[in-house]
Amino acid sequence: MAANLSNQAQVQGGAGVTEPGISHNEHTHHDEHHEQGFLSKYVFSTDHKTIAKQFLITGMLWAIIGGTLSSLFRLQLGWPESTFEWLQPVLGKWIEAGKLNPEFYLALVTMHGTIMVFFVLTAGLSGTFSNFLIPLQIGARDMASGFMNMLSYWFFFISSVIMFVSLFIETGPAAAGWTIYPPLSALPQAIPGSGAGMTLWLVSMALFIVSQLLGGVNYITTVINLRTQGMSMSKLPLTIWAFFLTAILGLLAFPVLFSAALLLIFDRSFGTSFFLSDIYIAGQALPNTGGSPILFQHLFWFLGHPEVYIVIMPAMGMVSEILATNSRKPIFGYRAMIGSLIGISLLSFVVWAHHMFVTGMNPFLGSVFMFLTLIIAVPSAVKTFNWLATLWRGNIRFTSAMLFSIGFVSLFIAGGLTGIVLGNAALDIQMHNTYFVVAHFHLVMGSSAFFGLFAGVYHWFPKMFGRHLDEKLGYIHFWLTFLGVYLVFLPMHYVGIAGFPRRYYAWTGFDTFSQFANLNKFISVAAILAFFAQFVFVFNFFYSIFRGRRASENPWNSTTLEWTTPVVPGHGNWPGAIPAVHRWPYDYSKPGAAEDFIPQNVPYSQTQSSNLPYEKEME
Amino acid sequence: MNPPIASVHGHATERMFWTTMIILGIVFALTHILLFVYSYKYQHKEGRRAFFFPHNNKIEIIWTLIPAIVMAGLVFAGWKEWSRIMGPAPKDAVVLEVMGKQFNWLVRYPGRDQKLGVVNYRLIDATNEFGFDLSDQSGLDDFVAPEIHVPKGHPVLLRIRSRDVLHAVYMPHFRVQMYAVPGMPTKFWFTPTKTTDEMRAQTGNPKFNYELACNQICGRGHFAMKLNIVVDEPDDYVAWFSQQKSFSEQNPDILASFKQKTNKLASKAAAIPAAAVVPAANASL
Repeated sequence: MAANLSNQAQVQGGAGVTEPGISHNEHTHHDEHHEQGFLSKYVFSTDHKTIAKQFLITGMLWAIIGGTLSSLFRLQLGWPESTFEWLQPVLGKWIEAGKLNPEFYLALVTMHGTIMVFFVLTAGLSGTFSNFLIPLQIGARDMASGFMNMLSYWFFFISSVIMFVSLFIETGPAAAGWTIYPPLSALPQAIPGSGAGMTLWLVSMALFIVSQLLGGVNYITTVINLRTQGMSMSKLPLTIWAFFLTAILGLLAFPVLFSAALLLIFDRSFGTSFFLSDIYIAGQALPNTGGSPILFQHLFWFLGHPEVYIVIMPAMGMVSEILATNSRKPIFGYRAMIGSLIGISLLSFVVWAHHMFVTGMNPFLGSVFMFLTLIIAVPSAVKTFNWLATLWRGNIRFTSAMLFSIGFVSLFIAGGLTGIVLGNAALDIQMHNTYFVVAHFHLVMGSSAFFGLFAGVYHWFPKMFGRHLDEKLGYIHFWLTFLGVYLVFLPMHYVGIAGFPRRYYAWTGFDTFSQFANLNKFISVAAILAFFAQFVFVFNFFYSIFRGRRASENPWNSTTLEWTTPVVPGHGNWPGAIPAVHRWPYDYSKPGAAEDFIPQNVPYSQTQSSNLPYEKEME
Repeated sequence: MNPPIASVHGHATERMFWTTMIILGIVFALTHILLFVYSYKYQHKEGRRAFFFPHNNKIEIIWTLIPAIVMAGLVFAGWKEWSRIMGPAPKDAVVLEVMGKQFNWLVRYPGRDQKLGVVNYRLIDATNEFGFDLSDQSGLDDFVAPEIHVPKGHPVLLRIRSRDVLHAVYMPHFRVQMYAVPGMPTKFWFTPTKTTDEMRAQTGNPKFNYELACNQICGRGHFAMKLNIVVDEPDDYVAWFSQQKSFSEQNPDILASFKQKTNKLASKAAAIPAAAVVPAANASL
């Protein structure tokens, strides 16, 4: 409330209202008040834009690492009979007599999953864009708590360092799959990867969760309290709605993973039996009785399922925004879009056990979760149709961001549809843990979230660095990636339908699975090429920061508030007063308007010619 | 594509799978046609304005309802099938136990009494891999087998256990999958419909074998936890069954050690004077 008051005061009179306890809105020109040193400007910065860039670049580094790991295990899957002596200098003892060590193969898939899901698509995607866009699009000088925001990044950084270190320890990184199911993850005698590697994994993940919670509390508080004058919740851009709901999901779900990790640490180190019972391993019977490994799975997936929506929802929000902007058309069904986001958020908490249909839990639970899981297809379908309706009779500009957004819709459809097969418990009996699952989630939350991320970077790069990314390279990047993704994951469905299990080091032991030699080679080639195509983007990114075409203040003729700032907004975002908001964010191609877009801060009194009947009464 | 089906419920799930896939295929094709046609047709043209079309409740309701109805149909079909598959096994089902361990499968049959004997994980050692507690009578005729044999056309109830980490029993041809969880026995029942020989004829592969794979990450040997499954004609199955030697017969020393234990316990019980038992007997009245 107080923050709102001070905001309004600024809207009316510019700077100078000093509310005790509201520090970050006091100045319009922070830079004039205190000189920032290098450290406070670029390293321990409390400015949301700098923090966003830190998240983005850290996420990119992780994505390169995660992609490298996947290339390594795709080599193994494509050519399980070959020798990889040439990798010896890089992998050292993990190559035994030219063969990849099977333990290390499992460590690769584990770390690939962990890195991509948490470090790239959670921290790198929502960390980047929630930080960058929330204050800019709601009209705030910065986040509610800049210091907490800084902590959020540095906790992530420490967590990253620990996870990175775990790749190099003697017994190897964690190797129990990214879902770290006990007893495999709980017993160091089960696999080498459950030793120090798993300990570091858990410590890193605990710090990561702290980072997410600090960030999430901040996003929620900022959206609720720091909206500029006139920016009601029903005038928020869909991006902000998506970030807001994502933060709520994270806030409610991540602590559950924290508790699971904590109990697992107890089981590993202090002799408790939360997840252990009746185990005979490595030549001895353990004293643990009464625990249940399935309990861990419930706790894990209670985060794990909202987590996939934490990954995809920011991408949905950004794609909605970019599709509307580049179709020069309002997003179709704005309220339905918000409603479906809320619906997806609520439902995401009640579908977790669809990952566990065949774990031996009560079949009645399976029925309930099948019902709830297939309901979630409805809001997803609504979103998809609304995106299509947004394109219909538009005036579409194919910027790189637009291409990636259209690609996102395509991948989301392809991946989402196969989820309907997996959500059906009777069919999941055959499909569970096969490559069909791998293909499904790589399309629907892996690749499509990546496409959302790319779309966002191409679209908001001018606001971040004041220059454009190169469009030609953007096109090349898009087509290589789009084709690459389909060439990798469509055949994977086929392999999965035939029952090929995931996390298999080689398919040579089974007659049933060895018919896919050529297909696996094909997938491997496509995957490695698609991975290398990403370096087009990496080059484009770093080259354009210094050499890109200079951008104007509002290069895409967009309506939202971030484009009312200077080309590169300084500390505090707006040099003068924060603009007040009068209209919803999607007034594109309004009949009777002079331009084909009307920014949110233009009052209705200035657009008499295009006002709709009910809008005439608003002024 | 899908491995050839060899179980009764496999045919039902197969039909449902392809029905679902056809529906999905139609939706995929339609949405993608629209996506690409719109993208092509409504490219930017100078001087043209996009159509201002912010919302239309009727359309929204239509495309909320249609997916909801389709989903309801799929849920109902899936739920019916799921309940049937997961329902109680027929009383006359052939029972056998599969136990996962790093990194192979162990199989135990209940013997003639059709009752699996008591096992205790604390009794496991190099020879007593199941942890047989032979003081239990019903375990005396249990036998272990190097591979699974099941009769064609007869319901089979798998009792599934693990003795170390999670594993999953996965039999792609029978459309069977169930986790093996330490400390929590699970089960799955199915009815095989084709013998191994029939399948060999059908696939034209004289070396064909039904395979059981592990489908839950369990460590180094996860990818090689293979067990052969043989589906016999019922007569052959009975013949095979009757040739098997029970575990207690094959390991007389283990049996003897249990006998010693029971005798010790019995003699201890006998040594307690009868007078000491009387108050307890009175109390129970």
